[in-house]
Amino acid sequence: MDEILNNAGLWIEYYTRPVREWLLDADGAGHKLALMVVAILLFVGVMGGILALVDRSRRAPGWLVTVAFVGPALAAITFGLIYPALRTIYSSFFNRNGSEFIGMDNYIQAFTQSQFQLVLRNTALWVLLVPVLATLIGLIYAVVVDRTRFEKFAKTLMFLPMSISMVGAGIIWRFMYDYKQTSAEQTGLLNQLLVMVGLDTKQFLLDSPENNFFLIIVMVWIQAGFAMTILAAAIRAIPDDIVEAARLDGLTGIKMFRYITIPSIRPALVVVLTTIAMATLKVFDIVRTMTNGNFGTSVVANEFYEQSFRQLNAGLGAALAVILFVLVIPIVIYNVRQMRISEEIR
Amino acid sequence: MATVTYDQATRVYPGTERPAVDALDLHIEDGEFLVLVGPSGCGKSTSLRMLAGLEDVNAGRILIGDRDVTDVQPKDRDIAMVFQNYALYPHMSVADNMGFALKIAGTPKAEIRKRVEEAAKILDLTEYLDRKPKALSGGQRQRVAMGRAIVRQPQVFLMDEPLSNLDAKLRVQTRTQIASLQRRLGVTTVYVTHDQTEALTMGDRIAVLKDGLLQQVGTPRDMYDTPANVFVAGFIGSPAMNIGSFQVADGVAQLGSTRIPLERSIVGALTPEDKGHVTLGFRPESLDVVSQGAEGAIPVKVALVEELGSDAFVYGDLDVPESAAKEIHSGAGDARVIVRVDPRQVPGKNETIWVAIRPGERHAFSASTGLRINA
Repeated sequence: MDEILNNAGLWIEYYTRPVREWLLDADGAGHKLALMVVAILLFVGVMGGILALVDRSRRAPGWLVTVAFVGPALAAITFGLIYPALRTIYSSFFNRNGSEFIGMDNYIQAFTQSQFQLVLRNTALWVLLVPVLATLIGLIYAVVVDRTRFEKFAKTLMFLPMSISMVGAGIIWRFMYDYKQTSAEQTGLLNQLLVMVGLDTKQFLLDSPENNFFLIIVMVWIQAGFAMTILAAAIRAIPDDIVEAARLDGLTGIKMFRYITIPSIRPALVVVLTTIAMATLKVFDIVRTMTNGNFGTSVVANEFYEQSFRQLNAGLGAALAVILFVLVIPIVIYNVRQMRISEEIR
Repeated sequence: MATVTYDQATRVYPGTERPAVDALDLHIEDGEFLVLVGPSGCGKSTSLRMLAGLEDVNAGRILIGDRDVTDVQPKDRDIAMVFQNYALYPHMSVADNMGFALKIAGTPKAEIRKRVEEAAKILDLTEYLDRKPKALSGGQRQRVAMGRAIVRQPQVFLMDEPLSNLDAKLRVQTRTQIASLQRRLGVTTVYVTHDQTEALTMGDRIAVLKDGLLQQVGTPRDMYDTPANVFVAGFIGSPAMNIGSFQVADGVAQLGSTRIPLERSIVGALTPEDKGHVTLGFRPESLDVVSQGAEGAIPVKVALVEELGSDAFVYGDLDVPESAAKEIHSGAGDARVIVRVDPRQVPGKNETIWVAIRPGERHAFSASTGLRINA
């Protein structure tokens, strides 16, 4: 009897092996694409099946319907987000290969060693400067361009950098900052300008600490378009009669901006500031492509990658990721709170 | 306090041919409550906004008192405006909303507080001074908008349909409040509305506009008793006047077998362009129910009766040949007339009643120009 069962098992094994191999070991683009189609079909089939079943049976209890709708999403979040997060926190208390519990040592190292203090300082610099500068530039641009003849074109120009990947932007700006000796022919636009006004060329990306600012400019360049788009829409949404009432009350120019425009677009301003702050905290691509985090320009996200995948210090990398996570939380909370307050005003 | 004068004031919106306001001539006395009324798109709001300085004046002048303000900034015109949607600043408290203009003008804080509190007391807003507009009801917001105007102690109040966002009951209540407040403060007021009842009840005088042209200015009594043309006749009064075109022969207006005698002066005023027709108007309340044989009796077949308690209105079809009936219309539609009847003796549906126009309450207009012909 046992033998028959065993044999049956072997037979099943024999017949399903090609299918399993096809599913698990994809090689070549065609195979991968086909696998993707199969995965999508499988997902649609399973989800559709569940929802159709719930929909068909009218007597299905309320909780079952809830589980059918929310369950898949919850499961995806659990496996894709919550579990990895917990796992990361867990491994941040272990040594480089996870074999030994070392308590808070990784965190102590991150906050005390000058190499990592520099990383934290740089991140702070980024998070302070990028949102403020990008929002300010976006706001001024939105106000200046609003209702002019070339508004659409001007806005498109400003928004264009948003559509470029950060890696692409990094490469573009590396050309902008490109260094050649003063006597040589210049390829970098900025150094060419320096030469034209009679100054020596500068190693924009090498000279610390100002090289951080030159990296920050790239991020501002990308994010200002986003700020401008949201803020221009918010300015447009201010009711005409409120602006007219303010004109009758004696407001013009700067005063109108200070007393009416800014308070009216406050919710949008907060959204823009916090959104950019979050994007900035996670910045990685720009630093990676432009300086590799060298010359005193590394930021938390870059360092976390560096430690995890270059230095193969999983524990320290995890600790840096957790620090990043903790830093983002207050911004998210502030963002959500402001949204609630602004909903109350309306 | 000051007068307001429109002197041939014209507004043409860019990209349009026809002026939104065409050579408006209007003089408003010091302390007067003038109502600009007309259907939507008639230019009444534009006229008001020209006075406020929110709209350019393309030709002509506007004067406040003796001062030409045509090219003066809105804030320097010494006016205050109440907007249809109130235009309260959502991020400021009620007190800040009301005192904002003074704050910008640099008035001392104590003075602002005093004036705001006074205005709040007049308008019953004292307990809401620290609230945001969001936390107020529609009626309260409307009062804040009024308060914002009062606090400025301007020469002229401008009001742009300030009651249109209130419910019917509150509208009637606020209507009287605004009117009595204006009489008390004695500030010259220009008030825009599309509602002729509001115009009749609130205004010292009414100006009726249509297609950017001023049709008639006068007291509510003038407008009701002697409308200058067919448009004003049909616009002022509720329910609307019955108006019809009648064939004139032998000094009588004919409608089917009905003959309505006309004064000689009216017949004499007809011109060849009128093609032997005259336009007659008669209000629902100017009709008496009479017996069939009476002179000028018009047969009306009752279609619907509206009972309002104090009054009853019969909506009826003219019981005359089709072609003649088409010429008559009222607020209820073509070939329909409205008759006010004794609410205690209401005719039944499909019954035919005979009505006659009360002597002296018939309005005659030229069939070609629409202008009033005085008997």
